[in-house]
Amino acid sequence: MTDVYVPWPDRGPKQFRGPAKLIAALAVSIYRVFRLPIRRLAGLILFAAVGGGCVFAWAVFLLFRTVLQVQAHLVATGEVPVGKSIGLEKLRLGIEQLELLTPAWLLWPFQWLVVRDVIGVIGAIAFVSLLAMYAIWWERKTAGHIQSRLGPMRVGGWHGWSQSLADGIKCIAKEDFIPDRADRPLFRLAPYLCFVPVVIAFMALPFGVYWVFRELDVALLVILAMLSIDVMGVLIGGWASNNKWSVYGAMREACQVVSYEIPLGMSLLIPIMVVGSLSLSKAAEFQQGGWFNWLAWHSPWTFAAMFVYFIAAVASCKRAPFDLPEAESELVAGFHTEYSGFRWAVFFFAEYAAMFVVSGLLVILFLGAWDAPWVALAPEGWKDGALWQQLVYGVVFSGPLWFVFKCLFFIYLQMWMRWTLPRLRIDQVLYSCVQVMLPLTMLVLLCSVFWELWLPSSLAAFWVTKVISIVLALIGAVGAIAVLYVAYAGFSRRRALVGSQAVGRPLPGG
Amino acid sequence: MSLETVVFYIFGGLMVVSSLAIVVSRSIVRSAVWLLGTLVSAGVLYFLLSANFLGAIQLIVYAGGILILIVFGVMLTAKSPYVRFNARPREIAITALVGVILFAGLSGLMLATDWPAIPDAAPEREVRPVADIGRSLLTQYLIPFELVSVLLLAVMIGAAYLASPEKK
Repeated sequence: MTDVYVPWPDRGPKQFRGPAKLIAALAVSIYRVFRLPIRRLAGLILFAAVGGGCVFAWAVFLLFRTVLQVQAHLVATGEVPVGKSIGLEKLRLGIEQLELLTPAWLLWPFQWLVVRDVIGVIGAIAFVSLLAMYAIWWERKTAGHIQSRLGPMRVGGWHGWSQSLADGIKCIAKEDFIPDRADRPLFRLAPYLCFVPVVIAFMALPFGVYWVFRELDVALLVILAMLSIDVMGVLIGGWASNNKWSVYGAMREACQVVSYEIPLGMSLLIPIMVVGSLSLSKAAEFQQGGWFNWLAWHSPWTFAAMFVYFIAAVASCKRAPFDLPEAESELVAGFHTEYSGFRWAVFFFAEYAAMFVVSGLLVILFLGAWDAPWVALAPEGWKDGALWQQLVYGVVFSGPLWFVFKCLFFIYLQMWMRWTLPRLRIDQVLYSCVQVMLPLTMLVLLCSVFWELWLPSSLAAFWVTKVISIVLALIGAVGAIAVLYVAYAGFSRRRALVGSQAVGRPLPGG
Repeated sequence: MSLETVVFYIFGGLMVVSSLAIVVSRSIVRSAVWLLGTLVSAGVLYFLLSANFLGAIQLIVYAGGILILIVFGVMLTAKSPYVRFNARPREIAITALVGVILFAGLSGLMLATDWPAIPDAAPEREVRPVADIGRSLLTQYLIPFELVSVLLLAVMIGAAYLASPEKK
């Protein structure tokens, strides 16, 4: 009787000694104090943190803009030579002359581009990490609701809002495992080869007017290049694991992404041709003035290109129904079968960040970038008016917030598709790319060329294109409202759906 | 020392190191990964020279396209996961000879060229590299451009022929 194997013996609570005891006591007391408010007000705290983060980002943006303004003013008045650092006295002078309220000592460190760059990079990485964390939580909730269950509900109180945080801590604390016969350096390199290009893509992706890390004239090409280098990480990771499932996943990824890159790039050529520039900010400028000016409704061909691009983008992000490189039901976990802990988490960070980047390209090139549909209704002069006017303009009419909202909507659409559609087979994936989408894209590209070259030359043709574009805009509006309504209807009935679809009567125990 | 200089030395160094490592490395996939380092560094050097378009195209075509095809080919053809090169002495000698000739030619050309200093002032004309490149490809260099596309077409036909099922 005595030597019964106990897999998890009860050792009692862990005892700490010395300074560790003090720290442990401190942690426990902090936990006791904050447990109740965090559990009760979790949702409120979450929304307050999001709002506070937005306000903080806006404050940093205003600071950077003020620095540039003062710098330009001082250079223009000849107080400071170009490219030299500015002393506190000169800064105070410039601030007085421009009648600003910012203290000089606050502006002083930000006059160097390097300081602003470092803050920008930190901001981008923080945004990517938070986005990935909450997108994972959101995806699990969405999956739960679509499959008639609740999703994460426990960790942190309000709808399991800190589930991703707990998962992140778990991932960091897990054993850092590398298979015995794996190619160790490449195995370590692969997750970063996935993650770093996506962060670099964020450097070229504009979030709003001036809200861009580097204004590049070839921003679109840089982002596409980074998305294509991203594939290398998956390939190398799959190969270095020395596992046949991983290699299968990596090979599928290579086939799929390289072939879908062609329709992806060609469908993006169509709005680029209309705008006449590879700069994303120029594309956004082109679509100023609300819903009817958006490029998606510019001609039937841009309308078609939007759908082709979205399908190709979902495939290049390896999301379902194109999630063959992962294919849990066939390949264990595909290319990341052998990965665990933090390296595994980095792959997911890269995946969700790439989802945001491709949605961002869709929003900028087809759907009016950072403008609300009703931006034309904005009162005159609020864009550069008083601070509160700028705030209202930024929230209601046009600003980075709108860009993020639109991108999140397309991320949601990708999640919705993932949990609704079945996975394709690899031959179906390649067939649909090479024999359906590629000829379709070429046809659309050719038609778009002729449309741009010939049609607007006469007055009658101009009115024909105008009417077609207005009809397309109305179709688009109806479609968008329908999609939003279906999403809302599903969400509002989520409680009724839980447990009612799959199970006829209540399970034992409720 | 400006930031540009620092970045130049970092990526120039990375390019030299990874180019050497491509040759020295015995594992074929590792060679391919080192090739990624070389190609990306070349792209970064183009960006440093303000040739943004060329840099982006370098990254898309070489790092994102051709290299992935190379790695894919290697993975498809490799019989065991660790394929190693075992070069014969004659092959090493021929490669070394070609390398020395190429190096001598390139460095001779570089030393013989009179490099003009770049004036500090920005050019007055609006620079539109993409439009300029496109225009010169379709006017001045139309024939070479078309010849290259005919070559690519031939390659594509060849690939389609090789991939088609065998006829009896």
